[in-house]
Amino acid sequence: MAKTSMIRSLAVGLAFALGAAGAQAQPAPIKIGELNSYAKWAAFTAPYRDGWRLALEEINAKGGVLGRKIEIVSRDDGSTTGDATRVADELVTREGVSLLFGSFLSNVGVAMADYANQKKIVYIAAEPLSDAVTMAQGNRYTYRIRPNNFMQVGMLVEQAKASGAKRWAIVAPNYEYGQSAAEVFKRLIKERVPGAEIVAEQYPALGKIEAGATVSALEQAKPDGIFNVTFGPDLTQFVREGNTRGLFEGKSVLSLLTGEPEWLLPLKDEVPAGWTVTGYPWDEITEPKHKAFVDAYRAKYNETPRLGSLLGYMVLYMIRDTIERAGSTETEAIIKALEDAKFDTVAGPVTMRGIDNQSSMGAWVGKLVLKGASGGMSDWKYHDGTAYMPSEAQVKAVRKD
Amino acid sequence: MDLSFVAVQALNGLASASSLFITACGLTLVFGVTRIVNFAHGSLYMVGAFTAATLVPWLLEIWFGPVSFWVGILLSALIVGVIGILIEVLLLRRIYGAPELFQLLATFGVVLVLQDLVVQVFGPQDILGPRAPGLRAPVEIFGRRFPSYELVLIAAGPVVLGLVWLLLRKTRFGILIRAATQDRDMVAALGVNQALLFTGTLFVGAFLAGLGGALQIPRVAANTGMDLSIIAECFVVTVVGGMGSVPGAFLAALIIGQLQAFGILVFPKSTLVVVFLLMAVVLAVRPYGFFGRPEIIGGTHAVGIASRSPMRGANLLAVGGLALLACLPLVGDAYLLKVATEILIFALFAFSLQLLIGIGGLVSFGHAAFFGLGAYGSALAVRWLGAPMEAAIPAGLILAGLGAALIGAFVVRLSGIYLAMMTLAAAQILYAVAFQWVAVTGGDNGIVGVWPSAWVSGRSAYYLLTLALTAIVVLCLKQVFESPFGYSLRAARDSEPRAEAIGIAIRRQRWLAFVIAGASAGIAGSLYAFSRGSVDPSLLGIPTSVDALTMLLLGGIQTIAGPLVGSAVLHVLRDQLMPLTSLWRLGLGLAIIGMVLVFPRGLVGTIRQWREDRA
Repeated sequence: MAKTSMIRSLAVGLAFALGAAGAQAQPAPIKIGELNSYAKWAAFTAPYRDGWRLALEEINAKGGVLGRKIEIVSRDDGSTTGDATRVADELVTREGVSLLFGSFLSNVGVAMADYANQKKIVYIAAEPLSDAVTMAQGNRYTYRIRPNNFMQVGMLVEQAKASGAKRWAIVAPNYEYGQSAAEVFKRLIKERVPGAEIVAEQYPALGKIEAGATVSALEQAKPDGIFNVTFGPDLTQFVREGNTRGLFEGKSVLSLLTGEPEWLLPLKDEVPAGWTVTGYPWDEITEPKHKAFVDAYRAKYNETPRLGSLLGYMVLYMIRDTIERAGSTETEAIIKALEDAKFDTVAGPVTMRGIDNQSSMGAWVGKLVLKGASGGMSDWKYHDGTAYMPSEAQVKAVRKD
Repeated sequence: MDLSFVAVQALNGLASASSLFITACGLTLVFGVTRIVNFAHGSLYMVGAFTAATLVPWLLEIWFGPVSFWVGILLSALIVGVIGILIEVLLLRRIYGAPELFQLLATFGVVLVLQDLVVQVFGPQDILGPRAPGLRAPVEIFGRRFPSYELVLIAAGPVVLGLVWLLLRKTRFGILIRAATQDRDMVAALGVNQALLFTGTLFVGAFLAGLGGALQIPRVAANTGMDLSIIAECFVVTVVGGMGSVPGAFLAALIIGQLQAFGILVFPKSTLVVVFLLMAVVLAVRPYGFFGRPEIIGGTHAVGIASRSPMRGANLLAVGGLALLACLPLVGDAYLLKVATEILIFALFAFSLQLLIGIGGLVSFGHAAFFGLGAYGSALAVRWLGAPMEAAIPAGLILAGLGAALIGAFVVRLSGIYLAMMTLAAAQILYAVAFQWVAVTGGDNGIVGVWPSAWVSGRSAYYLLTLALTAIVVLCLKQVFESPFGYSLRAARDSEPRAEAIGIAIRRQRWLAFVIAGASAGIAGSLYAFSRGSVDPSLLGIPTSVDALTMLLLGGIQTIAGPLVGSAVLHVLRDQLMPLTSLWRLGLGLAIIGMVLVFPRGLVGTIRQWREDRA
């Protein structure tokens, strides 16, 4: 095995040496384009970059893939659709990358999906959660790793059923991600919890929540359950005001993403204990493969991993596996290798579903608790995404391809 | 809705109003004295919050108690005040001689620099500050819990108002500030040390911004988005209250606070637009805000293209340049062509703004409205009418022209900074419409699939189309600049009373200028939509307006070639810096500041002046 791969790498190297005058003996690296909101959303993206850099180092130390090293050309996506597509264009036409991955905000993800479709290049949306990326705006070139809104909300609604709450209030940021999560929640809660009703909805502008007024408005509706989609600075404000005013007392609260360390750590000891959340209890996961990742990460960065770290790490390994199976970096070969492909990741086995290019990566669902000076999760369980994906009929109804 | 709820909601509104007032008060003072629209004011607010969120916990470790907390807040505000002094001494002082708008560009550079510096100094994670010792527990009001810290905030607003009032009325420094607010030149003529006065004002302004930010730490996690989220609201407060008027700012902040607290009950998605609607309504009724005064020396502040005999050989130069640009597809690769296409589009966009600013003296902070309308006009025509590109571009032009006619009708009644803010409000209202009207505009996902017709679908072909359209529109606009209509606009810019006296219908001329500039920006927007294949609300956003302004100012508002050069420089800079480093905002900000210092009349304007000086 080692011998054949060496021969192959030598052959590739020879081909390059002959092909390009003055080329080095080492084969040219495989170039992969990456873009993300490193300046604007550093809380998530900085650990994410650390994650894929760790994976990159490991992969290249083992000789890369197809006998070639991997080179990642990383850019800031400017957090706007215009900048992101221009940067992507630069990566594709100028750097000649084989595929693209990254981006954070949902609306940027949707724009990138459209770009990928136009330029016929594979785009792996690592983080954007909006359903549109794989549903209404989905296309054969766009793939998504994380469980989308529909799946994560589905997991939470299951918990809503158990809680017995009927009168629900929604608070969500007023942009693609928040709107789409709120819409899915409204639909699912009515389908799956008989007698449930929505009594209040608040949609503060992203990053501009008027927390006091929002909390009072929700309180006024006297809900017995609250569904929260805010994150980042909005979330910290909302939690602090809500804690002080006793909004969460005696209510079941469901919250998307709040258990992820990037959003949980800034809350410090104000963690709203008892919230049911999706998140990442990195310190309690005992699978050896995951433990090895955590150890390597902490050794390299002297920092605990965030969900972004895990995501960046596993995405790059999935890309590596894909290229290896494809045997080339041609777009069509990569698409073929990704179809219904199975991956063994640090988060567990993951399948890339062929009909909508949505991976079956799951999420950890549990309750928030205060552990020492900051928050963590308890009673958590990893829910594999397969059971929560939109049905084939649903996918076919909205996708245009 | 029961009474206790109304009362608590009103208190919520008061707390927000207080924090908003403290910050906006600094902005209005600085503007009153220095006439600088300080874009960096929001950044100072952010620095105040970060400093306090770091400093206060450290002080609380040393000695836990209310004293440490409040000392920490004041210290943070002082530190920000010192930063204000640095900005004045190192940067603003050097460009007081330049056209006024130029200082705005400098402060915009500061915004970019501080955005990256804050991440470097304080780390990427949001920092939640400690709660105030002694004010942790809520109080009961009508059977509802209310944070006691918010009560302190509610009191802080009037306290600051009182202190500022004392400062302005009872100290010599304050009297000078008031005098400078009324007539800066007279104060200078009387022998007052202007440099010291300006430095002092910048210190007070920055101190108040820092204080506003520092007071937020028990309610808001210090985060990197704070600067931009507060600055727009601060502008609204100062404009609605009347620029330079502290009591006006207080009243405006109170109204905005209540409007937001109760607005979210009626329209839960209204937060984006409600403050700008208020500003539009107030300015439509009272053109100088609540307590603002008309500019005493109105009109003469405007600087623009002067009348001059055309340069010899200019036409030859233009034809030569055009020919060179047309040859670009022979040598450039696909990406270079894309960048060049975008530069041309932005050049046209900035050039259309030149008609308003350089010729008409009408500063628009909302030029993105017309760019976005053009883009949306085309995209909507493609999506809902199935129109081909050839029909969709005129559709964009028409929509932008109509929009400009409507907005212009409101705007031309105003002048100076109020006019600028009215255009900003109009653009923000359109932004909110595009954002919220999901069924038609696709919300913030926008509309995709807006691709050009087959005959120009290639990069080179589309580049040539853009070049042709840009060249035609720019030449037409240049004719307008030189026409009698253009000269009557210049007359109105340089002296309104004289222009009126010789029978120029100023408002109608200006309105016409808005329609022409809007329609031209609309073409740029349409071209942009087809070059990207999609539109989304960010095309109507404040950053897009700021882009146009930056390009124009960078190139120079007193020249015709200025906006064309400025757009090329800015776009190339951004394009080169973004791949280089994740600190590209820092680089871009420093580059802008550097250019402001070296070329205080814009790139083209300064170079021309050098040449004239030598001759």
